Parts: sequence; structure tokens; C-alpha cells
Amino acid sequence: MKGLLRYAITRILMTIPMLFILLTIVFLVLRVMPGDPVSAMLGAHAPERVIEEKKEELGLNKPIMVQYVNYLGQLARFDLGNSMVLKQRVSAPIKEKLPATIELTFWGMFFTLLIGVPLGAYAANKRRTGRDFGIRLYGNIAYCIPVYWMGLMLQLIFGVWLKWLPVAGRTSPRMLSSQFSKTGFYLFDTLLAGNLRAFNDVAVHLLLPSLTLGIVLSGIFVRLTRANMLDVLKSDYVLAARARGVSEKLVVYKHGLKNAFIPILTMLGLQFAILLAGAVLTETTFSWPGMGRLLMERIYLRDYPTVQGVIVVFALMVSVISLMVDLLYAAIDPRVKY
Amino acid sequence: MEQPILEVKNISIDYPISIGTVEAVRNVSFSLKEGESIGFVGESGCGKSTLGLSLLRLLRPPGMVVGGQMLYHGTDLLSLKEEEMRKLRGNNIAMVFQNPLTSLDPLYSIEDQFFETLKEHNPQITRQEAVERAGKVLEDLSIDKDRLYEYPHQLSGGMRQRIMIGLGLILNPDLLIADEPTTSLDVIVEAGFIDLLARLKKEYNISLILISHNLGLVAEIADRIAVMYGGMIMEIGEAGDIFARPMHPYTEGLIGCVPNIKMDQEKLASMPGSPPDLVTPPAGCRFSPRCPKVMDICREKTPVLQDYKNGRKVACWLYNEAE
Repeated sequence: MKGLLRYAITRILMTIPMLFILLTIVFLVLRVMPGDPVSAMLGAHAPERVIEEKKEELGLNKPIMVQYVNYLGQLARFDLGNSMVLKQRVSAPIKEKLPATIELTFWGMFFTLLIGVPLGAYAANKRRTGRDFGIRLYGNIAYCIPVYWMGLMLQLIFGVWLKWLPVAGRTSPRMLSSQFSKTGFYLFDTLLAGNLRAFNDVAVHLLLPSLTLGIVLSGIFVRLTRANMLDVLKSDYVLAARARGVSEKLVVYKHGLKNAFIPILTMLGLQFAILLAGAVLTETTFSWPGMGRLLMERIYLRDYPTVQGVIVVFALMVSVISLMVDLLYAAIDPRVKY
Repeated sequence: MEQPILEVKNISIDYPISIGTVEAVRNVSFSLKEGESIGFVGESGCGKSTLGLSLLRLLRPPGMVVGGQMLYHGTDLLSLKEEEMRKLRGNNIAMVFQNPLTSLDPLYSIEDQFFETLKEHNPQITRQEAVERAGKVLEDLSIDKDRLYEYPHQLSGGMRQRIMIGLGLILNPDLLIADEPTTSLDVIVEAGFIDLLARLKKEYNISLILISHNLGLVAEIADRIAVMYGGMIMEIGEAGDIFARPMHPYTEGLIGCVPNIKMDQEKLASMPGSPPDLVTPPAGCRFSPRCPKVMDICREKTPVLQDYKNGRKVACWLYNEAE
């Protein structure tokens, strides 16, 4: 337990240099990009004097090195600063949008595993049959589809043609989130408020975007699960278990799947970053009011501090997930000790 | 005469692969009496492990039995439904494999693997009963009971192999198949393991099929020895008799390859040539290309296993002609 704690602390400390490097790159790239917050706000024809005044107000007239050091100093005090284009703290929109993105990525991951792992395990069990071939084909296709195209197709099929599911937003326009929103996690909030109508509304809005992410990412998990299951089912301990009369169901799902799950977990951690990137695109496709859309909007406005703030939060999410994955190893595999 | 516990008649096993069919086992017949032990020896790829797996109907695909019968207490194992066969595995016929390091699921404790084995054959058993029974078996294997709660990676190779034996014996089978059980153990551990196996065989009153390329090992416990080459039994008979008077040139060669500490050897003896390609086996006797006493007929006709003295059977034209 003590080792575990020490491991977790080390890992958390290791995110500091990672964040530092990431932020340095983002900070420089943003400032190298053509355009700046002032011209984005005031337009190209504002008088020189107004522009200079605004620049001074925002501290953009100082040398980049000074800006950079000031920003890091601010960050060291756990302060993401103020937006450069809106009169708000950077943390304000992040606090508002983060739950939407976490909700989307959580259910995206949920569908990824729900589709990918059982299909892969089933295909391994039925290897070299038509069903196995079909599942592998699905895996390859899903893996190749761009996430925004998948989103558009699902919108077209389920939203436009079948009219089963809404195509945009987190709730219906008439559903006021203020009636139930406490934490910002709408599924949780509506349940807490006991508002089943709202829960249902939120759930159907969540379905298409999270399914989009789930289907696209499930491709790689189908292939990975199948390959690992095949390996595990060939292993000596599976043969030995069969030789002791252990039934096929237990052999495949107790011994097979659990052993095959270790590399799947690794992949889960690695894919999380891709999932976040996918979420940025999916949020745009589905007008999902999350961090991804916030990032896109603020990049257009050249809102340097907000873009940097969103990136910091994304980076922290990825580190937290990879830490959780590492801790889960220890829970599944007795050979892993921290 | 009492009914043998196992009677294998004319078993043939094929592995159809892309370039043809591997004739892994051809017309193998033998029988095993209660409490008796038989050793199968031969080089790698001679079909001895395949034969062992086929007795549990656990051949890895695409391997399949293409002919013959395997009568266990008079019932043909090949005619059983899969679920009936599953119930027999572990409960009546148990098997111990080559590699103890990889034969235990690394993610489950020893206790869990014992409990699972017992529960699959006896759904009413409680965890506590399972622990008691497993504890007793571990005692017989000179393993501390507390080890039950450990995971495979916490145990040594020798200990893991004893656990495998324990898992094999926990359901009181009357037939144990041990496939190269000591291959990955060092010589000292191996010696201890052999003593243990011999003792358990008596205590648990089991018949034993010991599969090994190690003649010395087989000689220590087996009552009878079957020498296999290229998927066929070349010679079978009383263990001592075979050692004292090998008849088949291949048996002779094998015995000649066992290093002898009393002899002043500079080089280890070896048999020239390599095991046959079983997709296109040699015509006639499968050993003929390597046989030092080869005759014309050997390359044309396959000799069959024929009775000789003291229950000895040999498949070789050298003796068939003499009759």
C-alpha cells in the first residue's frame, strides 16, 4: 500500500515536466500563428492607438519571454488567468464545459469496450468462420472511418431518415438545464433530481455522439481483443484447465478474457488521448457544448490563456487516466506490485 | 483376465495442414492394467505427446483422430459427447504437462485453481471444503498449506510442478498422463519429483502413462516401455527386459545414446540422421532411412507389431522373418 502511494505520487510529480514541455510548445505555437487576440477582437481597421492600448492592457506588448515567465508564475499559483477576449476567468468556461466532455468521453469509452471486447472475444472463439471474418471486417472498417464522417452518417441515418434520435446538443431546446443541473453531469443530475423525463432527454442526446466515438474506437479493440484471446487460448494454462475438466465457458471467459484484458487495458490508456482528440471533432459535429468546442472557438479568437488552459486540463485528464490504468494493472494482475 | 483400465486399439492421428497431411500417429495399440505404469519414449515429434493429448480429446486443431478406439474401462472415449468427456477429464483421467511455469493461470491464486477444479465436477462444494481437500493433497506433496493463498509467480518451478500434480490428483482419477513432467526442472528437483511420482502412484492407486524423451526417467518408474518412432510403436515390453535386451535397432540406438558415467567416452553417442518428415513418411519401415541394419524389404513394406517372448512386441523385419 505504501509502495502504491509512493508510485502514485511519483507519477503525479512526473506530469509536471510533461505539462511544462507541452505548455511551452503550445505557448510558442499560439504566438507564432498569424493573428492575435487584439485584432481578432477589434477587427483589422481599428486605430493604431486603440490597438496599442489594448495590447498593453493584456500584457501583449511585453517580450514573449517575459509573457512566458509571467504565465508560468501564474500557473504555479494554480491560476489559469483571465480570458483575453471575454471578461471572464479562464476557469469559468472550463468548469462549465468539462463535465460535458467527461460525460461524452466516459460513454464513448463505455461503448468502445462494450462493442470491441465482446466482439473480439467472440471472434477469437469462432476463429476462421464466417462470423469471425465479418467481425474482423467490421474492426478494419471502423478503425479506418474518420470520426466526423461517422458522426455525420449516424446523424443522417438516425436523426434525419429514421428521426429516432436528436442530432445536436446535450438537451432539447425547451429542457432547461437550470432545473436539474448541479454538477454539470446531466445524466447524474437528472437522476438526482428524480426528473426521469429530463434523464431520458439527456440520454437520447448523449447516445449518438458517444456511439460515434464508441464505434470508431471499437475497431482497434476488436482486433486487439481477438489477437490476445487467440494467444491466451493457445497458452499452456488454458490447455491445463481444459485437461482438468474446466468447462469451455469458464476457460474462455474466466481464464481467457481476464488474461487477454491486460494488454487491452494498456491500449485503453493509450487510446484515451485519441478519444479526447475524437471528442473535439465529435463535439463540433454534434454541437456538444464541451471542452472541444470551447477549444475550437477560442483558437479562432486567439484567446491565448483559454486555449492554454484547455490544453492543461486535457493533459491532466490523460495523465490521470494513464495513472488509473497503471493502478488497475495491480488490481488485475497479482504479479504487478508497486 | 481382468479388464484393462485403458485399451487403445489402432489409433491414428492426422494434422491436415496446407502442404498436406501430417500422419502424426499411425495404428498405435497398447493396453494398461490397473495400477500399471507405461512409459512412452522417443525423439521430439514422434507422436508421443499427441497420443497423450488425444486420450483427453484435447488435440490442438487441426489435429484429429482418424481411426481406432480408445476404451477406458470398456467405454470408447471417442464416442462420448463433449460434456461427458469434460466430466471425465480431471475426474477420471488427469494430465500433467511439460511446463509447470506456464501451466498455472498467473492471475488466480492456487486455492482458486483448486476450488475451480473441484467445483466444476462437484457444484455443491464449498470454498472451505475445497481448501481442506486441497490442503490434504498439498501435504502429500510436502507443500505448506499456506502456499494455497499464493499466486503461481510466488512459487518455484519444482513447487509449481508439484501443484500441477496436486491439481491432477485432487479429484482422485485412476489414470494420470504425465507429459514430459520434468523437462523444465533441474536434475536435483527432477530426482525428487520422480520419487514423489512413484510414491503417489502407489498411495493414490493410479495407473500412469509417462511420456518422455528421457529413457533414464522412464526406466525408474515405468513397468513397461513403448518406444515410438515416426508416429508408430516400434517396440513395447517389460522395462527391464527392453533395457537388457533391446530388439529393435532404434531402441538399441536410443539406449546407446544414454551417457554412461562408467564408460570412458570422449563424445556423446548419437544416432545419425533426423526424425522423418511425417507429411511424406518414408516408404516401408519409417526408421529404414536411419537404420544401421536396413534390408531391402524394410524400404518396401511396413512391418507390423508382432508378439515375441514375455509380452514383448516388435515391429521390425529382422524378427518377423525369423519366425
